[in-house]
Amino acid sequence: MITVDGVSTSYGGTTVLGPVSLRFPDHGITSLIGSNGAGKSTLLTTVGRLLVPDTGSVVLDGPDGPLDVHATRSRDVATALAVLRQENHFDLRLTVRELVSFGRFPHSRGRPGAEDERLVDQALDLLDLLDLQQRPIDQLSGGQRQRAHVAMVLAQDTRYVLLDEPLNNLDMKHAVRMMRRLRRAADDLGKSVVMVVHDVNFAARWSDHLIALRDGEVVAQGTPREMMRPRVLEAVFDTPVDVHEIDGRPVAVYFG
Amino acid sequence: MADTLLRPRRPRALRPLRWRAPSPRARTAVVGVLLAVVVLAYLFAFVRGSFEYALHRRLTMLGAMLVAGFAQSVATVLFQSVTRNRVLTPSIMGLDSVYVLVQTALVVVWGGRVLTATDGLAKVVVQTLVMVAFATVLFRWLFTARWGNLNVLLLVGVTLGMAFDSLATFLQRVLSPTDYDLLSLRLFARMNSVDAASLPLALGVCVLAGWFVARRVHRLDVLQLGRDVATNLGLDHRRELTTVLVVVSVLIALSTALVGPMTFFGFIAATVARQLVGSERHVHLLPMAFLFGTLLLVGLQFVLEHVFAASGMLTVVLDVVGGGLFLVLLLRKGRL
Repeated sequence: MITVDGVSTSYGGTTVLGPVSLRFPDHGITSLIGSNGAGKSTLLTTVGRLLVPDTGSVVLDGPDGPLDVHATRSRDVATALAVLRQENHFDLRLTVRELVSFGRFPHSRGRPGAEDERLVDQALDLLDLLDLQQRPIDQLSGGQRQRAHVAMVLAQDTRYVLLDEPLNNLDMKHAVRMMRRLRRAADDLGKSVVMVVHDVNFAARWSDHLIALRDGEVVAQGTPREMMRPRVLEAVFDTPVDVHEIDGRPVAVYFG
Repeated sequence: MADTLLRPRRPRALRPLRWRAPSPRARTAVVGVLLAVVVLAYLFAFVRGSFEYALHRRLTMLGAMLVAGFAQSVATVLFQSVTRNRVLTPSIMGLDSVYVLVQTALVVVWGGRVLTATDGLAKVVVQTLVMVAFATVLFRWLFTARWGNLNVLLLVGVTLGMAFDSLATFLQRVLSPTDYDLLSLRLFARMNSVDAASLPLALGVCVLAGWFVARRVHRLDVLQLGRDVATNLGLDHRRELTTVLVVVSVLIALSTALVGPMTFFGFIAATVARQLVGSERHVHLLPMAFLFGTLLLVGLQFVLEHVFAASGMLTVVLDVVGGGLFLVLLLRKGRL
């Protein structure tokens, strides 16, 4: 369980988030939805301690009891929580395997053992990167690089995995595959995945829980079935939305 | 399937003959052996006159080159890694300018002869401390400010550096020609007028810095992935960054106080070492930078002394070569 208590975050004097109080459920996939600028990424990165909030605290269940994300040594948080931002670019000639191996740094401190190699293999396998593992990352397509970064945070083997728009840059085939892989990470490896998803239909199809933000505040949350209603979605996105049932699943139609 | 058909097929017969790239360790060993050969040649070849005198003088210069080679090369690699920019050198922080200004101010106040009169261990120590203090104050101020970040730090460094340079240039205008001559000798790096008494301390600081850096080679690898990824992987990014920058300024300040400012040498050493070692990991990169940097200094000095009879030209040649390399890299990359 991640407990967010009265968190507000600002950039250069403008508050873009909160104060927000909520709980992310344990296990499964939780998706943050909302319009551009609603504060989804800010919430995710604040929980992931890449941003420092002005007020409030974020507490999660660590390996040895409750752990305040912003007050604990970054090193200790890194074995309980992994966070991936949307844009990750560096001019380094690393192979995919080297990049994914960095995910083991919080555990190995740079001296990987057999267990570390096994978890790197597992992450590479889960994201279908075994064939590409010796390829330099600067020779990958945008989607492959995205997968490599997700593999890195999965190799970190933390209970909580926070992903900012993991479907960015992915076409429909790869977006579906990515969601299937994350579903496996959540179901088979028992991780709690929290992510920002732009497409509400993707979010509803693959998540267990949806949290909707608007203007820096949580306006609604619930199961996909509870959330996929025209009145809820219209309030969240401020645009007309129809919801149709297709093959027993709610699908939002919002193309105007 | 379609794309395998479209892709031109590589000549398969050539595959087994493909040369396997040697490991970073092997490459470093080769450069290490070369350095040993060049050092021996530098110390013992072409001795004219008293062997003892020549050896003493050469050992002093070798010590200075070891310090400069280590300090500049390692500091530049560290600086490029934490700034994540391959065309920067630590001189952008304005430490050289502090050195130039201090030297100029000394001459303005006490006249040109103060430079030789005050030479010695104490002066090297004091000058190093002044530069480190400057850098530390700058870091503290900029990293504790809410808006402070690395780019602001670099920008302030450049601006202060230019201000110090202008002030120094202005002060140099009011010097007498003799004082100016004495001063300008000091504003080029020189290996041949290094005070032997300060070498043990300088070498000791280098060893200490080397040990300190060796303990954090893995953290440096993570640090060059950038703030967000490094934080996610459990580094206190700001603390690590500040620590590394302080080490960088100690090394640069020491080398500058000992042999004078060297603008492009560290850049050459770091850039070529990256190419030579073929690895992004600091555990390979830093030894290679040190060995290659020192090899370059000693080798060039050897050639200049015995082939061109121009032993004082070392830094001039290095700056010309380094400036050229910098431009080539910039043009090839197309951006900073």
